[in-house]
Amino acid sequence: MNPLLRLTNVTKRFGGLIAVNDVSFSADEGCITGIIGPNGAGKTTLFNLVTGNYAPDGGDILFRGVSLPGRKPHEIVDLGVARTFQSIRLFSSLSVLENALAGRHCRMRAGLLASMFGTAAQRREERAAVERAVQELEFTGLAEFLNDKAGSLSYGNRRLLEIARALASDPVLIALDEPAGSMNQPETEVLVRLIRAVRDRGITVMLIEHDMGLVMQVCEKLIVLEYGIKIAEGSPAEIRDNPRVVEAYLGQD
Amino acid sequence: MDQLFQQLVNGLAVGGIYALVALGYTMVYGVLKLINFAHGDLFTIGAYLGLTLFVAMGSAGTLPGFAAVLPVAVMVMGLTALLGGVLERVAYRPLRKAGRLSAVVSALGASIFFQNAVMLVWGANYEVYPEVMRPSAVIFLFDTGVPLIRLLIIGVSLLLMLTLYGFIHHTRTGTAVRAAAIDQGAAALMGINVNRIITLVFLIGAGLGGAAGIMVGMSYGQIDFSMGFSYGLKAFTAAVLGGIGNIPGAMLGGMLLGLIETLGSAYLTIAWKDAISFLVLILILIIRPTGILGERTAEKL
Amino acid sequence: MTNAPRPENTRRSAPSSGPLRTKPGAVLQHAKIPALIALTALAAVLPLALNPYWTAVFVSIGLGALLSLSLNVILGRAGIFNMGHAAFYAVGAYVTAILNTRYQIPVLWLLPVAGAASGLCALLAARPIIHLRGDYLLIVTVGIVEIVRIALVNDVGGLTGGANGIFGIARPEIFGIRIRRDIQFYYLVWGAVGLTVALFSRLDRSRVGRALSCIKEDDTAAEGCGIDVARYKLLAFGLGAFWAGMAGALFAAKMTIISPGSFTFWDSVLLFAAVTLGGGSQAGAVLGAFLVFGLPEIFRDFASARMLVFGLALMAMMVVRPQGLLPPAPRRYDTRFRARGGRAAGDGA
Repeated sequence: MNPLLRLTNVTKRFGGLIAVNDVSFSADEGCITGIIGPNGAGKTTLFNLVTGNYAPDGGDILFRGVSLPGRKPHEIVDLGVARTFQSIRLFSSLSVLENALAGRHCRMRAGLLASMFGTAAQRREERAAVERAVQELEFTGLAEFLNDKAGSLSYGNRRLLEIARALASDPVLIALDEPAGSMNQPETEVLVRLIRAVRDRGITVMLIEHDMGLVMQVCEKLIVLEYGIKIAEGSPAEIRDNPRVVEAYLGQD
Repeated sequence: MDQLFQQLVNGLAVGGIYALVALGYTMVYGVLKLINFAHGDLFTIGAYLGLTLFVAMGSAGTLPGFAAVLPVAVMVMGLTALLGGVLERVAYRPLRKAGRLSAVVSALGASIFFQNAVMLVWGANYEVYPEVMRPSAVIFLFDTGVPLIRLLIIGVSLLLMLTLYGFIHHTRTGTAVRAAAIDQGAAALMGINVNRIITLVFLIGAGLGGAAGIMVGMSYGQIDFSMGFSYGLKAFTAAVLGGIGNIPGAMLGGMLLGLIETLGSAYLTIAWKDAISFLVLILILIIRPTGILGERTAEKL
Repeated sequence: MTNAPRPENTRRSAPSSGPLRTKPGAVLQHAKIPALIALTALAAVLPLALNPYWTAVFVSIGLGALLSLSLNVILGRAGIFNMGHAAFYAVGAYVTAILNTRYQIPVLWLLPVAGAASGLCALLAARPIIHLRGDYLLIVTVGIVEIVRIALVNDVGGLTGGANGIFGIARPEIFGIRIRRDIQFYYLVWGAVGLTVALFSRLDRSRVGRALSCIKEDDTAAEGCGIDVARYKLLAFGLGAFWAGMAGALFAAKMTIISPGSFTFWDSVLLFAAVTLGGGSQAGAVLGAFLVFGLPEIFRDFASARMLVFGLALMAMMVVRPQGLLPPAPRRYDTRFRARGGRAAGDGA
């Protein structure tokens, strides 16, 4: 399998704290890669390094051969890396559909003048974008809420909407930060099916998750972090039997 | 050399005034993340109240002696502090949860209200502080004549600032103020009554602003109803310069801005005097938005 | 979850018929159209019922509305705290005044020039500061408006006429008609307001308008879902300033004399208040202009007390209705194509 995203010796410091310490791994094309580790292990920081929200202090991140550090988050989305936020950052006063349309933004071209004067091309593009956004809402099972305010959704559905928004940008790689956070069991089961369906569309998935059931179920490859250091990497079965991991992570839980 | 020394003293005197006003901005900003636009007008009210109370203390048409300045100043500080507390209750507390924009507009409303209230009460023309309040004595320091009043202002503003610094850093309540500035939620969980702290911050800030108002009257003689605007903006600039939310930063920023402005208008151009501080502000925000003493914090995602 | 279309969808879903079928992406606004027609008709006949004094007041409210609409792009839609809008208005007015009085270029030709000059200044000034947090940006824009005013007073380059300003600006001329009476200005200015509302409403429901809404709500999330936040903030700033510059040109033509006193911090504050009172919609911006520039006229008899009341009203307004009087209505999109059916991954797989 081809590595789609490759991190080499990535390091990030916050003052004296080394949040991510010399981490190297790759996410393979068409695979679901999970990043696990105890709280504060540096998982979200790692995501933020990939998505351009933070700049690494050392190392390199290659996405399809393109170096990501130094690029702004929106450029990285444009390259095909979409994300969701752990803390759910929807545009909560906008409608569900508009949130999905926001994800479509980077694939649209209409500029200021075309928008102000409503050219034929602009209207065509809008129409296509709405259709596409609705498709993603249907895909994530949110179509019935499309005119509701995003802020009025249940927590579980908000997480799904973040995924729909990310999918609307035609990602090659989607990075999900705790997608099952605050979801109940039935919702998590829907999520598992959704993540697999995303992968089946040919989109590479990378996810951070605390729900070990979900991780073991959907991930094909796991990276384990502790105190910013990668302590293990392998298939779920290998990780389950890795004594270091059991001690560091599972033992604590 | 003489002239430079005089300008330094002038700069420090006006800087002390800026610093006192800046403290009000910075403390409120520290705790509420709000620019209290009406703060400059509380300062104006302090200046007018100082004049009115001083005149009122005299009997039958004669003015009291210079010594009356002290009790007048204390009363003014008390009254402006009270006004600051009321302002917080009426204009800001109901908006605590309602987004920054509405608080900013409410602050503007309060500022317009105060400014026009001053104009209605005391008139649209400027008022003059009587000679008694403005000792004209000159002191010779390093062979240079320096107006006593300037030194007095530097001394008093330093004294007030040091008192505040001691209070904030060496008392329980002061620690609570600092805690509320860092994280209101956590402070509340630790049993700190955040509402009380916010009221306190407004009281102290407005009181210091009132004192600064009297100092301007005593130092320059003239006061007018709209002076809160330019002093307020410059004091806010000073607060940003030092690092907003940071108490020693406001003191440092005020003194620095006073010096920059005085020296700039003495040696560069007087016509652009008022623009100097804004240029400083813009440059600071471009080069070091956290100010001189402010700390950079990573944004939590 | 069911994908069965709602009854109303079935009813409306007959494809390729009806006028709206031609632009399904547009906002459905049936209810708005009669209201707009009524308002336009009212605006057209209103001057017949006004005495000269009130006509003049309505002209200045119209200019205020243009400015308020232009600031609304920046503050109301993109959420950028710009409290120095008078600076851009000033650039437009002065560019018009200088070029007209020195080179006799007709005022209306100068509209785009004034807009471009002002937009360019805004872009240059905003470029280094656009990333600043809300209140910092606010205070910087206050600084900018003060610096511009001081520059005008100091007669930079001998062009601005110092504190006295510039006089003798020519009246605009359209199709050979010289616009000089207030009633003529009324139609010119309110025509411009109508055009602005139409263009900006289009913009609002486009990709650009949505991007601005997202930035206003959460710029980190906006950047994270692919929106070039800095670029769109600058775009909003530039567009708002461009429009303010054109309004400045009209102002110069109306007044025929301009001076730094018309472009102060307080003028910026009033605009800021108008937009905030309005709540962010186009209608809100116009309403805000009425409240801020029109209401004080009604209370002229209380001359000095009216600003006092205005301050109180601002405070009360924010306490009672912090979102403003007319916050933008949610955008609605035509999604009738959904009737054709879709499939949810979570259900099916």
